[in-house]
Amino acid sequence: MNTEILGIILIYLLSLGLAIPTGYYIARVYAGQKTWLDFMQPIESLFFRLSGINAQQAMTWEAHLRAMLTINLLWFLWAMFVLMNQGWLPLNPDQNPSMSPDLAFNTAVSFLVNCNLQHYSGETGVSYFAQVFCLMFLQFVTAGTGMAVCATVFKAMQARTAQDLGNFYVYFLKSCTRILLPFSIVLALFLAYNGTPMTWEGKAQLISLEGDTIQVSRGPAAAMIAIKQLGTNGGGYFGVNSAHPLENPSYLSNVAESIAIFLIPMAIVFALGFYLNRKRLAYMIFGVMTVGFLLLVIPTVYYEMQTPAIFQKMGIDTQSGATEGKEVRLGTAASAYWAIATTVTSNGSVNTMHDSLMPISGMTALLGMMINALYGGVGVGFLNFYVFIILAVFISGLMVGRTPEFLGKKIEAREIKIAMLVALLHPLLILGMTALAAYLSANQTPMGWWFLDAEGKSLAGGAWLNNPNFHGFSEMLYEYTSSAANNGSGFEGLADNNPFWNITTGIVLLLSRYIPIIGPVAIAGILANKKYIPASTGTLQTDTFTFGLMVFAVIFIVAALAFFPALTLGPLAEFFSS
Amino acid sequence: MKRNLENKLFDKKLVQMAIRQSFVKLNPRLMFRNPVMFTVEVGTVVMFFVVVGITFGDTTQGSLVYNLLIFLILLLTLLFANFAEALAEARGKAQADSLRKTREETPAKIAKSNGQIEIKSSAQLQKGDVFVCEAGDIIPADGEIVEGLASIDESAITGESAPVIREAGGDKSSVTGGTKVLSDQIKVIVTTQPGESFLDKMIALVEGASRQKTPNEIALTILLAGFTLVFIIVCITLKPFADYAKTPITIAAFLALFVCLIPTTIGGLLSAIGIAGMDRALRANVITKSGKAVETAGDIDVLLLDKTGTITIGNRKATHFYPLQVADLEAFVQQCVWASATDETPEGKSIVELAKTQIKNLSPIPRQGKNGEARFVKFSAETRSSGVDLPDGTRIRKGAFDSIKNLVEKAGNQVPIVIVDKVKQISANGGTPLVVSQNEQVCGVIELQDIIKTGIQERFDRLRKMGVKTVMVTGDNPLTAKYIAEKAGVDDFIAEAKPEDKMNYIRSEQAEGRLVAMMGDGTNDAPALAQADVGVAMNSGTQAAKEAGNMVDLDNDPTKLIEIVEIGKQLLMTRGTLTTFSIANDVAKYFAIVPALFIQAIPALQGLNIMGLHSPESAILSAVIFNALIIPALIPLALRGVAYKPIGASALLRRNLLIYGVGGLIIPFIGIKLIDLGVGLFF
Repeated sequence: MNTEILGIILIYLLSLGLAIPTGYYIARVYAGQKTWLDFMQPIESLFFRLSGINAQQAMTWEAHLRAMLTINLLWFLWAMFVLMNQGWLPLNPDQNPSMSPDLAFNTAVSFLVNCNLQHYSGETGVSYFAQVFCLMFLQFVTAGTGMAVCATVFKAMQARTAQDLGNFYVYFLKSCTRILLPFSIVLALFLAYNGTPMTWEGKAQLISLEGDTIQVSRGPAAAMIAIKQLGTNGGGYFGVNSAHPLENPSYLSNVAESIAIFLIPMAIVFALGFYLNRKRLAYMIFGVMTVGFLLLVIPTVYYEMQTPAIFQKMGIDTQSGATEGKEVRLGTAASAYWAIATTVTSNGSVNTMHDSLMPISGMTALLGMMINALYGGVGVGFLNFYVFIILAVFISGLMVGRTPEFLGKKIEAREIKIAMLVALLHPLLILGMTALAAYLSANQTPMGWWFLDAEGKSLAGGAWLNNPNFHGFSEMLYEYTSSAANNGSGFEGLADNNPFWNITTGIVLLLSRYIPIIGPVAIAGILANKKYIPASTGTLQTDTFTFGLMVFAVIFIVAALAFFPALTLGPLAEFFSS
Repeated sequence: MKRNLENKLFDKKLVQMAIRQSFVKLNPRLMFRNPVMFTVEVGTVVMFFVVVGITFGDTTQGSLVYNLLIFLILLLTLLFANFAEALAEARGKAQADSLRKTREETPAKIAKSNGQIEIKSSAQLQKGDVFVCEAGDIIPADGEIVEGLASIDESAITGESAPVIREAGGDKSSVTGGTKVLSDQIKVIVTTQPGESFLDKMIALVEGASRQKTPNEIALTILLAGFTLVFIIVCITLKPFADYAKTPITIAAFLALFVCLIPTTIGGLLSAIGIAGMDRALRANVITKSGKAVETAGDIDVLLLDKTGTITIGNRKATHFYPLQVADLEAFVQQCVWASATDETPEGKSIVELAKTQIKNLSPIPRQGKNGEARFVKFSAETRSSGVDLPDGTRIRKGAFDSIKNLVEKAGNQVPIVIVDKVKQISANGGTPLVVSQNEQVCGVIELQDIIKTGIQERFDRLRKMGVKTVMVTGDNPLTAKYIAEKAGVDDFIAEAKPEDKMNYIRSEQAEGRLVAMMGDGTNDAPALAQADVGVAMNSGTQAAKEAGNMVDLDNDPTKLIEIVEIGKQLLMTRGTLTTFSIANDVAKYFAIVPALFIQAIPALQGLNIMGLHSPESAILSAVIFNALIIPALIPLALRGVAYKPIGASALLRRNLLIYGVGGLIIPFIGIKLIDLGVGLFF
């Protein structure tokens, strides 16, 4: 078999092999059992003492959400301050300027919601101070937030009839100190060893063979790249993310970073199995996620490794597939694999130019974000999946002639209302905002302050597109899909650093981060409070193959089909036209 | 008058009534209750204006015929959905009316306080009125006997021709309006206001206007409304998308896509399914006080069943005579017959019956003797035995082992060890021993056995597979109870049960989160009936019991609970499967309509037209026609309910997912293609 394909199979299997023990470890961390990182305890106690938080205090689901929203608001204010003042703040050897308010808003929000959309370029847009103390800090704590709310839901799923769902701050802090931090240190060391810079010094200079002087940006990159991969953040240190030779120097570093994309999202699923002692349930969930992932990744790898249709028509065999926008040192297969891995997990780091993906691959990448629950973001991916489970339980519960139950709790009108709201939000934001952008483009509406070129001249809607027609539509669709999925990858080819895109995507980011967290936590909290009903032979079992099929069908019909007309006008039209 | 319990699905009269109602129900205020169909109605109105616009010369929307057809099909979709609901209502009402007719305009003889009788119409009876009924009278209203005893023909309600005895006091004091007194005279107090009887409540439940949605129905409506919203978003955003791609889309095409995508199939049939569930309960002769009760029945985990009448046939029967000395069988049987001569209990009668089959020429009781007449000793709670003092002074007694033992030992005699062993052996085999003594000397044992109803094991098996635990409630001792429980195949039993034991059992099961159903008739059952999640009172039971429960069984059949559970499950399953079917249909409809929308502007999208539909117009028409026709096609299923098979939840899900999920995926591909073959000839 092709070694490139063997390579990606190996990457996947390594991710899986590492995810199972990691899941076991994560379950122990959240269950408060003994782990080999217990020596972190004094540091954690110090944090609690300094902040005056009583770590023993039990919290209801409402209190969990209040705590989560409060600390998020504080981080937002901090990020806005740093980004708008980085010009005069320390650690700015390259003298990068402070951000404009709309770009600062977009950047702060997108890092706050674990998306990392990055309408700036790392080399010129941010200082070292902002990279480390604002952006990298947020990459840790927002991943920690996602994992903490996931732990809240785990606890709620375990509860028989309880209000007390543990302490949010404990889940949050332990996510950082026991999971994200140690794992990131290991990966950062590995990357630094592979050639990724980790320095406080400014740009390096080199003289090329032609005799030109080249400025090479560098900085404390290795640390940030580790957490950007592990915490499904995706916000790269350099503008072109993991396609950059210093961010992702070799095939080996690519293997490590690819594994890091999947490690925690996969492990969370296994952690659920260990935590609840319901391994079959975890296997069911993992199975559905994996089938979905394979259905996306296989066509992507196929189309990327094939000679593009346009070359075929010209009778040219490119040998190595669709190489435009790809890094030769990584190859087409590993790039295609990464493209899907990063979109299904809401990671958003890229090692290839997504704008150059084949039409079908563009669609599969979009679908990965539209579903946003195949492994998904750290913690939040499971929360999204949880909503689909609730909907599937409801329909299949009725089909077996009982009021639907999940893990012994009745699913009633209130839970369905919340689940449906969350499920609705995604198509509403993606389709609604893309419709707005499409409308402005179609009518070439004068945009005023919302869209100015470099000279400050106001442009018309649609001028943000490099490629008109179907591909341009895909670019806009991709931008909002990426925002709504808190993914952060870009199709690029879109002039997105302007008030219109900065503000609209910012709003999409905020809504699509917090509502899909509040919804599942509320459902789980309400269910935890309900009376536990012991299972009988008439009870629907949720850890079976059949139920897995049902969840898959719900995901496919609710999440994927709603986007079918949009995909038809974008990638599908492009595919059939080429 | 006998009720027609099995009327046809499409009875001509009912269909006519339903067709009329389908138009009445187009009223938007009524339609608003159903969010899915309401949006279709809005779409239909928009389509109407499009048609009007074209007749006035608008040329942007395509041909008049095509638009008119779309309008008519949308209207038809609405009418089909309304027809389903109206038909279900009509059937329910027809059932209820046939029950109600039995009690309308019956003259009631009101007993006034001065002793005079006044004739009133039954419609004028008020709660608290006392009326008199004699042999041949139809009882004018539901009530409770305050004086007297009568045999009553309840066939008008239950269909059972054997008369029943009802008397004042005790648990058999309730009478139902419309039944006929066959003998004797009773005084009855009216217990319900006119219009508030259980039947009136039931009729209100099947009538659309006052019908309350059940919890699961509400949740499902929310889910469907959510889906509808998603597709509203999909369709509205399509307009700017199409503008961007420079593909004009007609209003008809938009509405067609929208109506096809929203779950109209389940949306249109949802209320019909609910009403049909209640109707099925009524057809099973069960009056429910709320739709929720039927739904809850499907969730039942524990079923409390009285042993007598449910698991065993009526009462115990004598099966064996065991004399002290084997040779004395004939004399012993003779003694037993004499002791039971005036015993009117079923057990007593069964002893005489058994004796007749064993001994040819039984001698009658000697009436006269030196001590005068034979004297019968009735059963009393004190002695717990009954018997006869013969004219020659011989005292024969029969009773429970303890009481006879007491009697014998008081007289200074011993109970032979053989007898003690026999008694133990009979008990261990689930029988009831009756010991017979003559002049305070034990002379033998009669074995009484419970006869377990045929087929009851299979029913309990079925229940177990449904996930319902059965519990037998009996006054028997634990040993006997255990034997019968094992033989009948129930999962648990409560022996020597007192009314409060039932209550405690229900409470403890509920505390563990299980839902409990029980059936009862006595006043002392009332608290337990109220406590149970589904309490079924027998129609023959006391008013208190009927008030406490949430269903009344007109047939007084204790095994009815099993049917009720199945009706509840069917109701939920029908909703679930049709929802799945409806949503699965969307895949094919997307593939029919979406290419049709864009194909003219982007010919390359022909590749998406996997069904090879003839033209955009034909594709859209075919999808809308299919969408409309599937509603009437599924009306029989909605009204009859999806068949419940007790094969365990996972197997059931697999089965239904295969039939309705995969079926729902494939059928529209075939259906739309077939319709297109026809429609394609014209468009």
